[in-house]
Amino acid sequence: MAVCVAVIAKENYPLYIRSVPTENELKFHYTVHTSLDVVDEKISAMGKALVDQRELYLGLLYPTEDYKVYGYVTNSKVKFVMVVDSSNTALRDNEIRSMFRKLHNSYTDIMCNPFYNPGDRIHSRAFDNMVNSMMMQVC
Amino acid sequence: MEGLTLSEAEQRYYCDLFAYCDTESTKKVASNGRVLELFRAAQLPNDVVMQIMELCGATRLGYFGRSQFYIALKLVAVAQSGLPLRVESLNTVKDLPLPRFVVSKNEQESRHTALYSSDADNPASYSGVIPPPPGRIQVKKGSVSHDAVQQRTSTDQQESTSPVVSPQQSPPTSPHTWRKHSRHPSGGNNERPLAGPGPFWAPFSEAQPGSSTSSDPIWSGHSPPPHQENWVSFADTPPTSALLAMHPASVQDQTTVRTVASATTTNEIRRQSSSYDDPWKITDEQRQYYVNQFKTIQPDLNGFIPGSAAKEFFTKSKLPILELSHIWELSDFDKDGALTLDEFCAAFHLVVARKNGYDLPEKLPESLMPKLIDLEDSTEVGEQTGEVGYSSSPAEAPPSKSPSMPSLNQTWPELNQSSEDTAIVHPVPIRMTPSKIHMQEMELKRTGSDHTNPTSPLLVKPPDLPEENKMSSSVKYTPGNTVTDGYSSSDSYTSDPEQIGSSVTRQRSHSGTSPDNTAPPPPPPRPHPSHSRSSSLDMNRSFSVTPGQQQAGVVAYPPAVPPRPQPSQGAGPHVHRPVDAEGLIAHTSTSPQQIPEQPNFADFSQFEVFAASAVNKEEEDEIETHSEVLQVEKPSDSASSLRVAKADGRVEEKSSANVPSSAGKGTTPLAPPPKPIRRRLKSEDELRPEAEEHTQKTGVIAAVLASQPSIPRSVGKDKKAIQASIRRNKETNTVLARLNSELQQQLKDVLEERISLEVQLEQLRPFSHL
Repeated sequence: MAVCVAVIAKENYPLYIRSVPTENELKFHYTVHTSLDVVDEKISAMGKALVDQRELYLGLLYPTEDYKVYGYVTNSKVKFVMVVDSSNTALRDNEIRSMFRKLHNSYTDIMCNPFYNPGDRIHSRAFDNMVNSMMMQVC
Repeated sequence: MEGLTLSEAEQRYYCDLFAYCDTESTKKVASNGRVLELFRAAQLPNDVVMQIMELCGATRLGYFGRSQFYIALKLVAVAQSGLPLRVESLNTVKDLPLPRFVVSKNEQESRHTALYSSDADNPASYSGVIPPPPGRIQVKKGSVSHDAVQQRTSTDQQESTSPVVSPQQSPPTSPHTWRKHSRHPSGGNNERPLAGPGPFWAPFSEAQPGSSTSSDPIWSGHSPPPHQENWVSFADTPPTSALLAMHPASVQDQTTVRTVASATTTNEIRRQSSSYDDPWKITDEQRQYYVNQFKTIQPDLNGFIPGSAAKEFFTKSKLPILELSHIWELSDFDKDGALTLDEFCAAFHLVVARKNGYDLPEKLPESLMPKLIDLEDSTEVGEQTGEVGYSSSPAEAPPSKSPSMPSLNQTWPELNQSSEDTAIVHPVPIRMTPSKIHMQEMELKRTGSDHTNPTSPLLVKPPDLPEENKMSSSVKYTPGNTVTDGYSSSDSYTSDPEQIGSSVTRQRSHSGTSPDNTAPPPPPPRPHPSHSRSSSLDMNRSFSVTPGQQQAGVVAYPPAVPPRPQPSQGAGPHVHRPVDAEGLIAHTSTSPQQIPEQPNFADFSQFEVFAASAVNKEEEDEIETHSEVLQVEKPSDSASSLRVAKADGRVEEKSSANVPSSAGKGTTPLAPPPKPIRRRLKSEDELRPEAEEHTQKTGVIAAVLASQPSIPRSVGKDKKAIQASIRRNKETNTVLARLNSELQQQLKDVLEERISLEVQLEQLRPFSHL
């Protein structure tokens, strides 16, 4: 259901980005990049007093005419950004949350892998499979 | 030096040769003595021999280590085939016949052939330390042959050697494996489709250095041909894997040499081929080997190998990190960042397979599944299905591991292992992050355990996420026992896993979508208690105006009270406004009603004196008021007092205009006031329903008051006019008086209601404490 999924590291460089390979994926990359500002804004707004109570799921970051961008940030400031198609109106907030949860779980699995150095690009097949399952089946 | 891939026959042959040359059994072959003899026997020109020696690195070393020796032999074969001597040729040249050494070597050859032909018993003289085909070495990656040599030579030290060294030892390991086999009487050893492990970690093979001297049948027993092929493929893979340590022997060429060995090898091949039925099956020897390797890292077989140690260990295999990462993902079943014995064996097996050229599977093969985990199966190691139904929930359990509780997770293997014995479903480490699946698994596991305590997990469930956390934590607290109190407490009394699960899910569903990961997410920000979105706008406006005046009993009131016509503004509203908001509203509500009644007021007897004039006035007034009302209504749309003032002004103007027409009311100050007042009344009445703001009223009243002096005093020359005005004033007075009384009555009622409500509150208060 997602059109583009990206995992951004704490320093705001991408660890993993995968888009539906329909048209110019660069557009999605750009969208994800610009959404980082919104993410930062949200976490800075919330994180002042209650860092622990901070909600991991940031919700809709901003909608455009074609798609909506959702954000999720972990406690280690790793951000997940998901771009979904606006035409997919059946997608409820809970579904987005569950997708982010799966992403988070897979990400922690990757972290557990001693061969993975945090900060490296993610090359895991298992992660790819999981993301593929979430991506739009259109492609 | 690249890794050397040797075929089976080649390996054996080389091994024998090495043994032959290694007269001192130092694992090193000096460049003199038998080696030279051997090379001379190869019937190669001396410079070629020198070249060979140089290529294999012996000149650097000053002696021939095993790998160098093998390389040299291979190069001899290459040279004898007429191919140019190059390091790359070692790997790339295929189907190279075994190097032929004349004369003395023939004996060896004959011996070898005899060896090969006979399945057995060769004096272990050479077979003893059957060097692992250098091919194995190649498996090890890029270590220089020197290392390999050193490795080989120090098979005993292998273990302690640095990781860099160890890989080299891979070759020796194959002998190791062979040694193992040698221990076994029959050559028909197990099909080990992957006799690999040995080769790799030769160091560890030292376990049986001695035994290697035993017989030979091993040779036959081992799956050489398939391994050969494996190694061959290995040879192919090395370039991709960039690992080759030694010249991968493009050995597969040996086939020609096999002529002799073929007879024997065919059997082996056959044997081996059968072993390919389940390429992922771990043979006993392999398993034993893996276990030994495990012990070297973690003496406790029930313990864990931490990720870092495993990483180092598997890095020795010289596989690319990406592949190792994938292997890890496959084998770390419970995703706890550490390897249990089973996981370790699976990982090791996968590494061996990879080195032998097998592609890594996408999912963990069944034979490699950790047996200790009762939960079925997880063929889905790679799966990430979060929302799978119950049946798959157990599968989810293993992959879902809480990274946050590694220490507790370490207890799991114990549990798992014990569970094997007890056949009780053990809680599998589950991830802390609550997830449906893992909750389900927990349920399933729990059912397997004793159902002693009826404390229902359901009790735990309702709070959902916090419960999940609790449960997972309770799960963790179940060390060797199948179920601890935490678990047992969470045992469903139904003792039906499905029921439990369903109940869990049911509860989960109740919890709605508790999809959030960690602690229960804070509830969505509630609407401001200030009722930003109040249902009735009236409330907003009314209460916004008189926030301070709201009272408990009043809250419910205002909306219900229909606006009543407000009596004349003057003092009345002032009086009532501070009292009650509703009263004001009531006031307001009263006003409109009284507008139409105003004409009735004119009927008061006291005004009979001015009846005629009054009637006239009234009529005029009515007309005026009507017109005024109309005019007032227009501006009444806006709630601004300004407009009201304007309306009033207009009204006043009208009134003033009318006054002279009516008869100069303006003479007396009283005359204008009543009119404007009344008009003000009307205008206010008109406005009131629209202008809920009390400020408007105040503004109106202020405007009224202000307007009064501004009213142009039309000189009421007529006494009649004066009297009429007086009468009208009196009328308004009476009207106001009545309104006042009514409002006061209302006030009393409201106060009584309030009192009653307070009494009720008091009565209810004691109950509220319960």
